[in-house]
Amino acid sequence: MAAFDLARLITAAADTIAAHSEELTALDQAIGDGDHGLNMKRGFEAVRADAEAFSAKPLPEALKAIGTKLVMTVGGASGPLFGTLFLALGKEISAEPDRANLTAAFGKAIEAVAARGKSQVGQKTMLDVLQPVHDALVNGKTGSEIADIADSAAEATVPMKATRGRASFLGDRSIGHMDAGGRSVALLVRTIGETLEGRP
Amino acid sequence: MSNVGIVIVSHSPLVAEGTADMVRQMVGDEVPLAWCGGNGHGGLGTSVEAIMGAIDKAWSEAGVAILVDLGGAETNSEMAVEMIGEPRAQKIIVCNAPIVEGAVMAATEASGGASLKEVVATAHELSPS
Repeated sequence: MAAFDLARLITAAADTIAAHSEELTALDQAIGDGDHGLNMKRGFEAVRADAEAFSAKPLPEALKAIGTKLVMTVGGASGPLFGTLFLALGKEISAEPDRANLTAAFGKAIEAVAARGKSQVGQKTMLDVLQPVHDALVNGKTGSEIADIADSAAEATVPMKATRGRASFLGDRSIGHMDAGGRSVALLVRTIGETLEGRP
Repeated sequence: MSNVGIVIVSHSPLVAEGTADMVRQMVGDEVPLAWCGGNGHGGLGTSVEAIMGAIDKAWSEAGVAILVDLGGAETNSEMAVEMIGEPRAQKIIVCNAPIVEGAVMAATEASGGASLKEVVATAHELSPS
């Protein structure tokens, strides 16, 4: 993997979340409490504000600091879940990760998110997008292939019945709507994949 | 104070404050008590930062029992405990109990000098699962 510019990644991720904030909120209004877009935007804008400081740190420290920032600023249940993803990634990743290290670290980070949410794949959560992305990393897919896989995985949450999180209160009525957290993951995966591949 | 502390975490500051008020009136001042609620931006929700602050406020060397309402309050409370870290983290437990009844019963137990384990067990007795 080519060395990458963390500040550029942060800017791209924050731009993506900001551009899709209303869409994420609409998804969350259907089956959650309707604050996901706003919460994610607040968190990623806070990360953007400190992008320079994060970029000056070694990658593991930078990811942990980003995770802490997300925990403190996103709020809702998404704050600890997305925060834990980055915190755990930072704990496991090396300063100059190759693909094998990134893949292994990402796998551990998903386990940490599952533990934090007391959840597992198949419950209509962000895990239903994270896990296929990890599988694609394992299987040697390219950034744009992984982005497509993430989009399909987010789509695949539509017919699922939620059994964790706020949407689970709705039971069968959660069927027919995309999980907002899964959509956020897919958006971020596409942005990161495309930024790392040097495309807009 | 050597009694176990009680922290109340609700999505709503009104529920959290009201629950704390019930604890104060029904149990008294023998128990360190703190509450937090709301997302910090005027809406419903819970904030890890606010929970960490409430734990500090209700801190006791005997430990702290946290009572929560809906799912995100539990997730955020567990995150707050992890961020506080050891050695204090091992003395903080998020209870699986209804928030109002759990807070009153846990505080009652704590006011008699019970251990953290006993306080948490009393709260858990209220939960069917």
